Amino acid sequence: TLMIVFLISSLVLYIISLMLTTELTHTSTMDAQEVETVWTILPAVILILIALPSLRILYMMDEITTPTLTLKTMGHQWYWSYEYTDYENLCFDSYMTPPLELDPGELRLLEVDNRVVLPTEMSIRMLISSEDVLHSWTVPSLGVKTDAIPGRLNQATLMTSRPGIYYGQCSEICGA
Amino acid sequence: MSEVRAQKPPPGKWWTPPFDPRFPNQNQTRNCYQNFLDYHRCQKTMKRRGKSAQPCEYYFRVYHSLCPISWVQRWNDQIKEGTFAGKI
Repeated sequence: TLMIVFLISSLVLYIISLMLTTELTHTSTMDAQEVETVWTILPAVILILIALPSLRILYMMDEITTPTLTLKTMGHQWYWSYEYTDYENLCFDSYMTPPLELDPGELRLLEVDNRVVLPTEMSIRMLISSEDVLHSWTVPSLGVKTDAIPGRLNQATLMTSRPGIYYGQCSEICGA
Repeated sequence: MSEVRAQKPPPGKWWTPPFDPRFPNQNQTRNCYQNFLDYHRCQKTMKRRGKSAQPCEYYFRVYHSLCPISWVQRWNDQIKEGTFAGKI
């Protein structure tokens, strides 16, 4: 890496010295008013065009909706346990299927023994916490990633528009 | 503590704790804890006045939905032992 640093700095210094020690001079008028205006205004307009939808999405992310179901998930070393307690006390553990026990066609390191089943097209409140150390619950295809912190209950909102199987992996270093 | 079955809504009616404006952010720890406390305080007050504890069932449903089972068990054990830190 140091070689690359030396290479680049020597190249830059050489170009600077070339610029400073030339005998050529620009004799025509140095008037670049038009092009300067254009290349100042145009990027500003482009940035505004990018910023407005971006801000709209940012505020949309904080939208308050009343969920229809609450699902709690507790992180453990090294499995997740899920609790559906709106009606009955339904809780189960979900371990990753070891690679040797996979059926053909199943995805390595993603399949679990007990999957979480959720209804589609309904806003679901996820409450995520941990029983021991830091973990992180994520389902990338649903745009959810929330840290599981012992002693703290983090809320995330989920909504699936299509039926299907969605996978996720723990996203926080959680032990040897 | 009342049976959850007694609180089951009629079929076709979903129930999950609604948005609570006192706890609008991501951290819902206090939401769970506050409802747990409110339930026990409500029960205690209603018993003291000799009234039915039916209105307290809302708090029960909310904390039952929000609080992790292990937390509730731990708090209930602490209440039984008299070591619960909250004011009930």
